Amino acid sequence: MDVTRLRYMADQIARNLAPQGEAQAIEGTFQHIRDYWDPRMKAAILADDHAALSPIARAAVERLSRG
Amino acid sequence: MGYERQADFGTPEVCSDTPVTLTIDGRAVTVPAGTSVMRAAGQCGGSIPSLCATDSVAAFGSCRMCLVEIEGRRGTPASCTTPVEPGMVVHTQTPKLAKLRRSVMELYISDHPLDCLTCSASGDCELQDTAAEVGLRDVRYGFDGANHLGLPVDTSNPYFDFDPSKCIACSRCVRACDEVQGTLALTIDGRGFVSKVSAGQAADDFLSSECVSCGACVAACPTATLQEKAVKEIGKPERAVVTTCAYCGVGCTFRAEMKGEQLVRMVPWKDGKANRGHSCVKGRFAWGYANHQDRITKPMIRESVDQPWREVSWEEALSYTAGKLNSIKAQYGARALGGITSSRCTNEEVWLVQKLVRAGFGSNNVDTCARVCHSPTGYGLSKTFGTSAGTQDFDSVMHADVVMVIGANPTDGHPVFASRLKRRLRQGAKLIVIDPRRIDLVKSPHIEAAHHLALQPGTNVAVLTAMAHVIVTEGLADEAFIRERCDWDEYQDWSAFVAQERHSPEVLEPVTRVPASELRAAARLYATGGNGAIYYGLGVTEHSQGSSTVMSIANLAMVTGNIGRSGVGVNPLRGQNNVQGSCDMGSFPHELPGYRHIAGPEVRGSFEADWQVSLDPEPGLRIPNMLDAALDGSFRALYVQGEDILQSDPNTHHVAAGLKAMDLVIVHDLFLNETANYAHVFLPGSTFLEKTGTFTNAERRIQMVRKVMEPANGLEDWEVTQALARAMGLDWNYADSAQIMDEVARLTPTFAGVSHARLDAEGSLQWPVNAAHPDGSPIMHVDGFVRGKGKFMVTDYVPTDERTGPRYPLLLTTGRILSQYNVGAQTRRTANTVWHPEDLLEMHPSDAENRGLKDGDWARLASRTGETTLRVTVTDRVAPGVVYTTFHHPATQANVVTTEYSDWATNCPEYKVTAVQVLPSNGPSEWQESYASWSEKSRRISRVAAE
Repeated sequence: MDVTRLRYMADQIARNLAPQGEAQAIEGTFQHIRDYWDPRMKAAILADDHAALSPIARAAVERLSRG
Repeated sequence: MGYERQADFGTPEVCSDTPVTLTIDGRAVTVPAGTSVMRAAGQCGGSIPSLCATDSVAAFGSCRMCLVEIEGRRGTPASCTTPVEPGMVVHTQTPKLAKLRRSVMELYISDHPLDCLTCSASGDCELQDTAAEVGLRDVRYGFDGANHLGLPVDTSNPYFDFDPSKCIACSRCVRACDEVQGTLALTIDGRGFVSKVSAGQAADDFLSSECVSCGACVAACPTATLQEKAVKEIGKPERAVVTTCAYCGVGCTFRAEMKGEQLVRMVPWKDGKANRGHSCVKGRFAWGYANHQDRITKPMIRESVDQPWREVSWEEALSYTAGKLNSIKAQYGARALGGITSSRCTNEEVWLVQKLVRAGFGSNNVDTCARVCHSPTGYGLSKTFGTSAGTQDFDSVMHADVVMVIGANPTDGHPVFASRLKRRLRQGAKLIVIDPRRIDLVKSPHIEAAHHLALQPGTNVAVLTAMAHVIVTEGLADEAFIRERCDWDEYQDWSAFVAQERHSPEVLEPVTRVPASELRAAARLYATGGNGAIYYGLGVTEHSQGSSTVMSIANLAMVTGNIGRSGVGVNPLRGQNNVQGSCDMGSFPHELPGYRHIAGPEVRGSFEADWQVSLDPEPGLRIPNMLDAALDGSFRALYVQGEDILQSDPNTHHVAAGLKAMDLVIVHDLFLNETANYAHVFLPGSTFLEKTGTFTNAERRIQMVRKVMEPANGLEDWEVTQALARAMGLDWNYADSAQIMDEVARLTPTFAGVSHARLDAEGSLQWPVNAAHPDGSPIMHVDGFVRGKGKFMVTDYVPTDERTGPRYPLLLTTGRILSQYNVGAQTRRTANTVWHPEDLLEMHPSDAENRGLKDGDWARLASRTGETTLRVTVTDRVAPGVVYTTFHHPATQANVVTTEYSDWATNCPEYKVTAVQVLPSNGPSEWQESYASWSEKSRRISRVAAE
């Protein structure tokens, strides 16, 4: 999968959930990726360098990595 | 059924709780107060002759044929304009009345061609019938006087003729255009003997006039004055079958009027609850594509897309396809396969395709065209209200006091609903339009929007949050409703958020370009004007914040208490005929039918038990993800039923690259569409006239689609999918589509009470239909939200990443036009092309002048993803800096320039905001020329060895 596109998608989700507050936004972004992304997309974002993500998206992906 | 004219009670039905009992010809009859004597007579089985009366329009009282005698009253009043009164005693058949009627009829016939034997309406003519009914035997005045018999026939409209020599000046056509359609294109020109029906100005014919060819005038005409050309050519129909239109999400029902196996005409069914007897140019007339010469009726295969197609038998096509699918699955795994269901096909057909993907392919890689239209509606309304659908029936609009239309153009996209909306607006309801373009509703005859918020494209959330700010900060919130029906804590968080000064209309005005005072006035009107109803379209959803906008809309409805009763609500105007149904039937990759997540073990288990197969618990790929995955080699086979993603989806180059990267693309369609240029298997499809099943419209109304002729390809689409499943080794044995619906009902709680038999008996049902709602649900969330408490969602404006700049200084937004539908596969193959032969680029005069462009000039439309050329139409309908076009024609391929930016939650493409430049051009772009050449080459068919 094009990981650049996946990074953009994760950041876009995070940016739109940010107004709900940081904790909710992290949880919301995590849930969104968990519930809507195909396994290969999840695998690709998990394998990517999370430093390139926005703080909320990064925290959400790290949450995803913990299962 | 055999052929019978639809019942006509002469004057419209009246709604009243007050019954009135009277006596007509010795029979007691009780009807609602306000009912005409004519209608009351009809309801008790009587018949009063009439010519100017029809129950689709208000009584007119001009023909003097429906006269009656009423005891205690002088004279002979017209029964159509006389309301019933308690105790009234009416006589409809007396010697005096017979003489009067015969005399009136003599006058009509003295100026009417006596060509009944050769007239196309013979046997279906109210004048002919009435002459017989009154016993006309001769005409004392002769036929030599001044008359209209030599007037020329207007044949300009491609679907019907206007023969003024047969006109009796009853004004039914004029009144139908006024009252039913609301276009007011027709008038009676002149007075007395010279009065005649006129379309527009004296120099106009029907084609050049404002007429939108809805057919209301033709349906209302009592003679052959306005007559379908098909009736003239084929003759009077012999039988009629009620079925559902295959165009937009309004879901009009029609009588398909047949002569043998030949369709003569589609006439709107008066008992249809979605359309109430009305139609538009597409459903009424544009069905000729069903027999178009481009139709492919034999299966075809090829090894690679640069080879010509080879016609093969069904057996070979299915065996070849199943072998390929099984081979790819064995080599690359189940997740390398997927499918796209069709929002133009029936619920039953959609069900089978998603079942084939999940149970046969073994993945959840199933998606549908809602991905590119209303997927944000599903997401947004599910989060806030708990269900992925609109809240009202169409009848509800007649109880609205304030209507807010956001990002929709109903007169073009949903014309039959628009006619009802316009009727309500003419009755005095107020209108707010939020749209970058000045759509027709903003100002048209007898209609003017109270407020038109012509926002900058991409700023929907900013505008709606500013409206919420006004409502909250000015104390206009319906606190009682919120406390009772919504989560109060969440409301307080949300209201504190929107009340921040940064959300005020004044602060946001530089972003939205909407004058703050206008926005404030609109917000106050919506919050305080009585029943407030919101109708929205793709101008809401097709943005990077599509889902946020839907949730913003839901917030507005909740904060004002405009949910849960007639006249209010949140109403997505769905695009394709069965897009609601295709979503209901489990076409999204994360959900099983009924909008239940695939990860839920209980729901998934119910399907596994019924289907006797294990299902993948992980979500599948959405269409854009499928294309991405194809490019990295992990997605290799796609079954596309009844969609043309190459033309309809954004960034055509990317779609083409994705399709080209796949090992197997199966297109199941009526025509070799653009996607088929990249296909290896073509399975011929059947039209809506050739199949039985159901469609679900935008008001969740499930209606029967009935076969009126045999499929030209030999199989209904569900039969093709079943045959493919069987070829893959699945033991499917549906005998008919009713059995598929039985399975839908068995596994989908919202459809639990639905069956073909029940739909046949009751006409239609609106889901949910289950134990809690045994008769269906015209209006949702009446006693509480489906999710429990309504959820206010905090949404903030996030600017799109698609920005204008020096290279691309204009914003392109795309949409549809009345006469064409979606990618035009159907409507381009009808005479509708007379109204829209090509896509045009609307441009403001100042932008055009700056670029040296004039009306009709060719222009190059370029974005960072691609470029195309098309002609310019200069208009102030669009604001400076904004251009607009449609995407109906593959020669233009507007989606060559749209980008892959999409809604954050659903990946619905941002069709409505693309930064572009427009410059003069003298011909097609390089891409257009190369694509045209490729397309022609790809469509070659080698007709050998077909069985």
